Amino acid sequence: MIEVEHLTKRYGNHLAVDDLSFTVGEGQIYGFLGPNGAGKSTTMNIMTGYIAPTSGEVRISGHNILDEPEAARKSIGYLPEIPPLYPDMTVKEYLVFAAGLKKIPRRDTQSMIAELMETTGITDMQNRLIRNLSKGYRQRTGLAQALLGYPPVIILDEPMVGLDPRQIIEIRDLIRGLGRKHTVILSSHILSEISAVCDHIMIISHGKLVASDTPENLPLLMAGTNTLQLTVRTKEQTLRSILNGQDKILSYTLEPSAENGAWDAVIRTETQTDLREALFFDCAKQNAAILNMQLSKMSLEDIFLELTGDEETQTEEGGDDNGSNLPQRS
Amino acid sequence: MAAIYRREVKSFLNSMTGYLFIAFILVVTGIYFTAYHLRGGYPLFSYTLEAIVVIFLIAVPVLTMRILAEERRQKTDQLLLTSPVSISGIVIGKYLALVTVLLIPTLVMAVYPLVLTQFGSVSLPESYTALAGLFLLACSFLAIGLYLSSTTENQVIAAVLTFLVLFVCYIMNGIANFFPETASASFYALAAAAAAAAFLLYYMTAHLMIAAAGFLLAEGALTALFFLRPSVYEGLIQKILGIFAITDRFSEFTNGIFDLSGVIYYLSIIVFCLFLTVQSIQKRRWS
Repeated sequence: MIEVEHLTKRYGNHLAVDDLSFTVGEGQIYGFLGPNGAGKSTTMNIMTGYIAPTSGEVRISGHNILDEPEAARKSIGYLPEIPPLYPDMTVKEYLVFAAGLKKIPRRDTQSMIAELMETTGITDMQNRLIRNLSKGYRQRTGLAQALLGYPPVIILDEPMVGLDPRQIIEIRDLIRGLGRKHTVILSSHILSEISAVCDHIMIISHGKLVASDTPENLPLLMAGTNTLQLTVRTKEQTLRSILNGQDKILSYTLEPSAENGAWDAVIRTETQTDLREALFFDCAKQNAAILNMQLSKMSLEDIFLELTGDEETQTEEGGDDNGSNLPQRS
Repeated sequence: MAAIYRREVKSFLNSMTGYLFIAFILVVTGIYFTAYHLRGGYPLFSYTLEAIVVIFLIAVPVLTMRILAEERRQKTDQLLLTSPVSISGIVIGKYLALVTVLLIPTLVMAVYPLVLTQFGSVSLPESYTALAGLFLLACSFLAIGLYLSSTTENQVIAAVLTFLVLFVCYIMNGIANFFPETASASFYALAAAAAAAAFLLYYMTAHLMIAAAGFLLAEGALTALFFLRPSVYEGLIQKILGIFAITDRFSEFTNGIFDLSGVIYYLSIIVFCLFLTVQSIQKRRWS
């Protein structure tokens, strides 16, 4: 369905997308996840043919987006980060215009628009000028535009922005429903949105694909460690000797606890090991009272933070996420 | 293309811009028409048409300034450029919408010679030839405005640029006459132009060798030609600048001659500007 090969986009010295390759199969929902400025929007803008890559190739249903742009774009519905709406048109006029652009046969236009306005919940707004709509309604109008003609590939850049919680659930269900017949790619910097709807998550950081797997498998991908948080009321010396006695501990840190006379330890172990019982009996032997003990497995959230973690360049890249903020000259 | 055309025409006629353009042209035409023909009793309609060319220098930028610049600013170009429509389709759709809006005052003006026939004998073919010439002239103005609107996302800059370019074209004849018609004057001007082009080449490609080679080659050729066939240079600068004197071609039409070379000249300007517009949109995707 969608094949992306060695995609690179360079703005001057800044590398927005760095050698990105992936394939998206039919009838799947893929999620792009990454912090702001990771290159999600740039990638999507290249996939839809809005901007050209510095190098690399994108094929949609076998059509190269640069060589056969019209054939490739015919099978794409795209909702960019900022919905491309004309403020001087009404919602309905706009959708009729977009249907014309997408070459939808005129006899189907009216019924399809009515249907999509119903699905996205903008039927009541159809005769309002887009200028007067709130952010949420604009977002929905943009979404209706992307779904016009039910193209086989639907690309949504941050589709949930500006929607209220109930609307998010509705749109989420809508996207899930679409995923049965269409290939859907959506991006977000919010993990819960992605893991709720996507069959497959691709984590992007600094323009690079750092992980790509199902939401269930991603935690296994990490040569992960478990952390055990422990608060014990005892002397530092005693606690150290207890912890040093356990050979399965990879590393630990120790600091005075907020609780009086107690020490906090953060212990890292292999994923398979569970030291809770052993530590309990060791502490009991030394008359050290355990006040708190908690085992935390690595969540998707942690993986996301760890994979995209090196912050030093993130602030300066903020503006480049949006492909249309191109510098005037290259 | 049809969808874009319909949207643009509708948008002009739903907002002030279209009506402002039409009204401005018709009011000024009406004033000249009353003064020259109804009060002055002058039978040649081309007099009025010649007088209102200046109005197009102001009216055209108002009409064309937002046509592509606004798409870019609102990011609605993302919809157009990712839909299954070719860039040339987008540009032609927009251009035809501009021409359609221009057609409205032109059709109203077509009634004026008929009014004049009520008062005496008026040569209708002559009047309509002049009107056709004005229409072509304004169409080429629109193409220039369309191109300049594609180069920026700021409407005001687009309007000012368009006005300046049209104005320079308007007074080009006067500029050309600044230069003496001697061969050496043309030689120096061309040598300076070649140097500027070489500098531009260096600026754009950052290849010192290529720019320097181009510079030496061009200057060498110009110098050789100057010493071998100096007669080529006589009045050359006037000829070159004359190409840009868009409004001058119009005077043939006002004399009642349907100048075919003028028609071709205007059509080539239109095609060239539309081509540049497509290139300017393409270029932005690659940068």
